[in-house]
Amino acid sequence: FESLDKLAVTGTHNPLTLHLKNLDYLLLGDPAFNYQEAELNERLKRLYPAVNEDETPLPRSWSPKDKYSYIGLSQNNLRVHYKGHGKNHKDAASVRATHPIPAACGIYYFEVKIVSKGLDFLSSLLPLSPIPGWDKHSYGYHGDDGHSFCSSGTGQPYGPTFTTGDVIGCCVNLINNTCFYTKNGISLGVAFTDLPPNLYPTVGLQTPGEIVDANFGQQPFVFDIEDYMSEWRAKIHGMIARFPIGERLGEWQAVLQNMVSTYLVHHGYCATATAFARATETLIQEDQTSIKNRQRIQKLVLAGRVGEAIEATQQLYPGLLEHNPNLLFMLKCRQFVEMVNGTDSEVRCFSIRSPKSQDSYPGSPSLSPRHGATNPNLHSAGADSPTCSNGVTPPNKNKSHNKYPGVSSASSSSSSSPSSVNYSESNSTDSTKSQPHSGTSNQEETSDSEMEIEAEHYTNGVAENPSARIMNGTYKHQEILQAQDISLEDSCASRQLCGGNQAATERMIQFGRELQGLNEQLCREYGKNVTHKKMLQDAFSLLAYSDPWNCPVGQQLDPMQRENICSALNSAILESQNLPKQPPLMLALGQATECVQLMARVRSGSCSFARVDNFLH
Amino acid sequence: TKCVHLPPEVTATSRHYVDRLFDPDPQKVLQGVIDMKNAVIGNNKQKANLIVLGAVPRLLYLLQQGSSSSELRAECAVVLGSLAMGTENNIKSLVDCHIIPALLQGRLSLSACLRCLRTVFISPVTPVQLLYTDPTVIPHLMSLLSRSQRTQEYITQIFSHCCKTPEHQTVLFNHGAIQNIAPLLISPSYKVRMQALKCFSVLAYENTQVSMTLVNVLVDEELLSQVFVRMMQRDQPIDMQLTAAKCLTYMCRAGAIRTDDSCIVLKTLPCLVRMCSKERLLEERVEGAETLAYLMEPDVELQRIASVTDHLVAMLADYFKYPSSVSAITDIKRLDHDLKHAHELRQAAFKLYASLGSNDEDIRKKITETENMMDRIVSGLSESSVKVRLAAVRCLHSLSRSVQQLRTSFHDHAVWKPLMKLLQNAPDEVLVMASSTLCNLLLEFSPSKEPILESGVIELLCSLTQSDSPALRVNGIWALMNMAFQADQKVKGEIVRALGTEQLFRLLSDPDSNVLMKTLGLLRNLLSTRPHIDQVMSSHGKQIMQAVTLILEGEHSIEVKEQTLCILANIADGNTAKELIMTNDDILQKIKYYMAHSNVKLQLAATFCISNLIWNEEDGSQERQDKLRELGFVDILHKLTQASDPNLCDRAKTAMQQYLA
Repeated sequence: FESLDKLAVTGTHNPLTLHLKNLDYLLLGDPAFNYQEAELNERLKRLYPAVNEDETPLPRSWSPKDKYSYIGLSQNNLRVHYKGHGKNHKDAASVRATHPIPAACGIYYFEVKIVSKGLDFLSSLLPLSPIPGWDKHSYGYHGDDGHSFCSSGTGQPYGPTFTTGDVIGCCVNLINNTCFYTKNGISLGVAFTDLPPNLYPTVGLQTPGEIVDANFGQQPFVFDIEDYMSEWRAKIHGMIARFPIGERLGEWQAVLQNMVSTYLVHHGYCATATAFARATETLIQEDQTSIKNRQRIQKLVLAGRVGEAIEATQQLYPGLLEHNPNLLFMLKCRQFVEMVNGTDSEVRCFSIRSPKSQDSYPGSPSLSPRHGATNPNLHSAGADSPTCSNGVTPPNKNKSHNKYPGVSSASSSSSSSPSSVNYSESNSTDSTKSQPHSGTSNQEETSDSEMEIEAEHYTNGVAENPSARIMNGTYKHQEILQAQDISLEDSCASRQLCGGNQAATERMIQFGRELQGLNEQLCREYGKNVTHKKMLQDAFSLLAYSDPWNCPVGQQLDPMQRENICSALNSAILESQNLPKQPPLMLALGQATECVQLMARVRSGSCSFARVDNFLH
Repeated sequence: TKCVHLPPEVTATSRHYVDRLFDPDPQKVLQGVIDMKNAVIGNNKQKANLIVLGAVPRLLYLLQQGSSSSELRAECAVVLGSLAMGTENNIKSLVDCHIIPALLQGRLSLSACLRCLRTVFISPVTPVQLLYTDPTVIPHLMSLLSRSQRTQEYITQIFSHCCKTPEHQTVLFNHGAIQNIAPLLISPSYKVRMQALKCFSVLAYENTQVSMTLVNVLVDEELLSQVFVRMMQRDQPIDMQLTAAKCLTYMCRAGAIRTDDSCIVLKTLPCLVRMCSKERLLEERVEGAETLAYLMEPDVELQRIASVTDHLVAMLADYFKYPSSVSAITDIKRLDHDLKHAHELRQAAFKLYASLGSNDEDIRKKITETENMMDRIVSGLSESSVKVRLAAVRCLHSLSRSVQQLRTSFHDHAVWKPLMKLLQNAPDEVLVMASSTLCNLLLEFSPSKEPILESGVIELLCSLTQSDSPALRVNGIWALMNMAFQADQKVKGEIVRALGTEQLFRLLSDPDSNVLMKTLGLLRNLLSTRPHIDQVMSSHGKQIMQAVTLILEGEHSIEVKEQTLCILANIADGNTAKELIMTNDDILQKIKYYMAHSNVKLQLAATFCISNLIWNEEDGSQERQDKLRELGFVDILHKLTQASDPNLCDRAKTAMQQYLA
């Protein structure tokens, strides 16, 4: 049992391993454990949704490493018993939890049940010390006299004494840095104020025969902690709602209108933007033609018709791409990928199939906005970590459709989400059937009405993804995909390189050579560019596989990947017109999201109840 | 009666409004009413003028008139509602004009009518009885409940304001208030939910029938108690949490929910404790504390839980800090607010302390150790507000049940002084509590007993025994009984003299058995130690023997008779007093009868009496033994030596030994 305990605990650092290890345990005859583990994960997720366990894992058991030798652990490191002599205070021993309490919990709670009290029972919680509560920076509530101990040996009268059968809870409020204890579900009132950060749940024992069981969320708590949390959530939401805006009261409406208007304009929702401007009697900075032009180019990119998009850009914004060689190179790389995909017009013209079917961009015929692009602005350094990933979708939804079990582990980089793989599958097909938007290659004129539909269906939600990327996920989107999946399962086989046309393939290869040439030219002019090299390699790698859609680099074929380049092009155009390259709404949203994450890092507990997605509907 | 002098110009404009109500053209009347509506909004003077000029009867006439268009009727109702929003005098005038029956008789479906009715009914000047005089009114209002959210809000508000007595509760209950109002608890409108909740709190208060029905009511397949629990969630508005907690409290006190039910222990009680916290408004803190005091009054376990919840005992200390020194300087408005609530806060805190400390010694200790607690009680006892005095003395009474506190803090703070002062001149309810506390302070081990005696309390207590209130008579005699316990001859003599034998015997025939018991107790305490027995019996022997005979012959409880027999036993212990029994054959027969009684306690007391009479070492014991043997007592004693009760058996054996020696 001892070794298994340890396995389970090391596993807590990585939930996946834990699961595998627990499977062994299960075979050894504790069927309750696996179930309990699932229940624990679910409860912790519900209680502390703002905690990013990759950065700050939650305590799930006592630590077999951070304990005194007089302490014995059992029952998955949740049960503590005393095995020392228990003659005086020197024999006191304690154990702390595997991890400190993350600030992003906002409000943290755990309980301990006194299974057996021994002779002269002493139990206290928070954090590690010889006897918890008797050392510097430690805090405790002692069962024998009901006193609270804070950084010294002298206790203060605090609460009732406790004994066998009692359930003692400890709640740390990381918003106001206080702590209170509970006894059998009753709050005993604040015990400590001005608590320091990084406290560990701890328990200390001193008498032979003492046994206590911890509950870090494995079981429902006796105290209604969620009710307590709801009060603080309401408090903080009220604080946000009543936040004084002072002198600028009059400008408020104008600011909001401007936010909406610029957002619409940015994404090219021309008619909507015009109607909004009319209704609010505001002005649009950009003229209509310019908006429509951008909209057209974006649509071309999103439809995979990158060649046409480049042409249109060169025609409408002469000099733009020449001044942005990196952007041009990215576009051309994408064009190559789209050729492999069979969607680019340069290969599509060879296709015997209806070219129209390729135009559709399921779920989002007009551009679905990229929110994440604001992030690089906020992070001058390390722009990589919080990059945007469009279409990070709620997990599990399409899991069963994942065709690449081997791949997902290899490319466990964060961008690989099962649904996006699935997406590429569905979209790269040239099947003509049941595409909701098929045959609308020239949608420019109608797209404004479609935007309204989109606005209804798509939430620009922030992903509940550990790294908290801003996503562009849409539930409706998912539904459309799933509906397609069914029809696509059998059509997968018909998916071929460059639409299966020989001439097209030749054109593609030729284009590849030109691209290679462009790269060399850029190298000569601007020096070596690692990013470009990688991009090119990835694109060419597609040709190394008989089924590019089903290969380790097949990710590139995902239409979702068009969004990045589309947004970059849009921003470049706007910049060239001396307009902001990001809409203020997205800047504000990105900033708010970043602020909340920053709050967690600087240990401001209120972040857990001020999450941006609480305010997005 | 409406003889008010108005400035001519005011009268002229107002008169014009009223005159237009009498126009023969209905269209012009309508326009007149609409203009009047616009003229009176927010203008109390105009409202008063129009009322004086007789607009109300005309508006009511138009409202009730069958020929009036529905538009006109609605506008009339709005104007009346507006008039009702004015001063209390306005409401009085409206009520005098019989607006209530008019609104009730009219087509009540008009929500403007109900709104007006609501405004009239929630005014303190409107007699609530008006809702109940016409028996058709309540069923009619019930039937209108389903109309709209507005009607629901107004009607439930009328009900909750007009339900003041158990009779009102019953009337509303019998008209299906529970079934009709329960669904409103999940109404989408907060106002409706809140008013419905308030209705239940007034309906359930001290009403077993309502409470018992409520526990079984389902709202959308959920038990009502669970609906209330949800309404107490911490993110709900405070008013809703507090009112839901009241509902559950009343249901619990009425016996419909057990005191150990988790919805009480883990939800209602903590919710009420939260209401006492500093973060809440003063009004909420008062209501919270009073409700909590009421909830746990009869249950020691709830008292124990509350005493450790969120530092409640310390939290209450804050109730005495109003008006705070800060508010006086910084903010006049706040000072005014604080002053207004200061009394209420103090009395609520005292009530809650009283409830907390009524059973558990540890809690009492915790309370008295709270900062300046005893000083606060002492000053509370002499506050001008009767409510505060009453609550303070209740608190003192609760704490006075502690032997330890009587010995320490009570003495240290000389609480007897303000208590005695309070007893001089106070309303009965205060007197009951104060005298009850005094009883405890007069207990033999209480260090306050001496100074109280010296302060001339005996006269006061004797006067209490003459009160019309049984509670005061009990307390008076109880205090005297405690005072007489192991007292010296002087005190006893003073008690007998001050009380007077006449009063003593009046009390022995008191209809209240508690009074009788304590009077017997007093007698028993007076008749202890031999010299005292002889002295008292020599002066009052005849009357006492008469009273004893009377009680033993009367229809009294076992306890009363036992106490009486114990008095006889005490008399039998005197030197000279013994003869009063020995020479009274009637009494001897009675003792004999009780020795053979089916109740062991009475047998024991009677045997004790005989045992004292035949005790060997005393003068004349031989004669007494002989006489009693003749009367057949020996046979009885002999039989009792075989008794199954070991005490009785021992007592009989000891008595028999007197004969053998």
